[in-house]
Amino acid sequence: MADNSPRPRPDRSDGLDRPVRPGRPDDHEDEHTPLAGIVRPYALTSGRTHSSVDLPVEALVESLPRADDHDWTGQDQVAAIVAACDERTSVAEVSAQVGLPIGVVRVLLGDLVEQGFVTVSSATLTDASSVGERRSLIERTLRGLRAI
Amino acid sequence: MDFAPSRSASAGAASTKIVVAGGFGVGKTTLVGTVSEILPLRTEALVTKESVGVDDLTNTPNKSSTTVAMDFGRITLGDDLVLYLFGTPGQRRFWFMWDDLVRGAIGAVILVDTDRLDEAFAAVDYFEAKGLPFIVAVNEFDGARRYPLEEVRDALALPPHTPVMAIDARERESAKAALIRVTEYALEQLVGGQRQPSMGAS
Repeated sequence: MADNSPRPRPDRSDGLDRPVRPGRPDDHEDEHTPLAGIVRPYALTSGRTHSSVDLPVEALVESLPRADDHDWTGQDQVAAIVAACDERTSVAEVSAQVGLPIGVVRVLLGDLVEQGFVTVSSATLTDASSVGERRSLIERTLRGLRAI
Repeated sequence: MDFAPSRSASAGAASTKIVVAGGFGVGKTTLVGTVSEILPLRTEALVTKESVGVDDLTNTPNKSSTTVAMDFGRITLGDDLVLYLFGTPGQRRFWFMWDDLVRGAIGAVILVDTDRLDEAFAAVDYFEAKGLPFIVAVNEFDGARRYPLEEVRDALALPPHTPVMAIDARERESAKAALIRVTEYALEQLVGGQRQPSMGAS
């Protein structure tokens, strides 16, 4: 592909697409409350921003039965994530449902997968996918889109 | 970094995604909502030192962070395949989140408003650099000025094979046509061997 196009490359750091923080009542910041968005998010992950389990935003996750038997006392956010995985859903949907940033949710979900509480229940394309796998999934998607 | 290498994307339950990029107010969330089976959901990414490659925030406890919103929708394509559509801001300063977002994506739709074509430049540059198949969809909502699509192609300096189409993001069939086109194009690129399977390696 052409890399040396004459397109100008403006730095549009002009504040458009302003960051949105739904559910974050700034006037309550000094109250002690475990609500998501008030706790510094990466405090929940002890500062970790990456997980050893690679979870793309579209990966489907599902909690395993032993998650129901576990005592999640004191881990409200993790418990909320586990509850959001009660039915098979995507990493992105878990993030939206619990109101935590996607990066934080991925780290916490990665822990849950490693600990055997949550399982990844869909295949996704990765850098390691073969051309055949890639082609098959794209063809399935195309057939599906044409059918809806 | 790849999870569950024993899983095959060719059979069984799978999920995948298409990225919808574009400037503020160009209709990304409208497009997502028009074809999604759920009302678009919102998730957030943190803009922190993560964006400049620092992996550990432990020693920067007071590092302030801000967030950027990303709206997404879902289309179930049969029993065992779910397609997610992620709308993402087009500006260059959000590239840090695109690196993650585009990994494993089928392709991208760059939604443009012909009055603000410059807002598409960063997205075009980015997807070209990443080798991610993309199409340009001109959102011709009511009152939008119409330009010949070839002028849009010229203005964005697109290669001749890059699809450029006019859509109305509010119309389901029109929005669906854009998704079909980018998926077809991704397949053409793959079969034609113009795209390396190592997409995402940077």
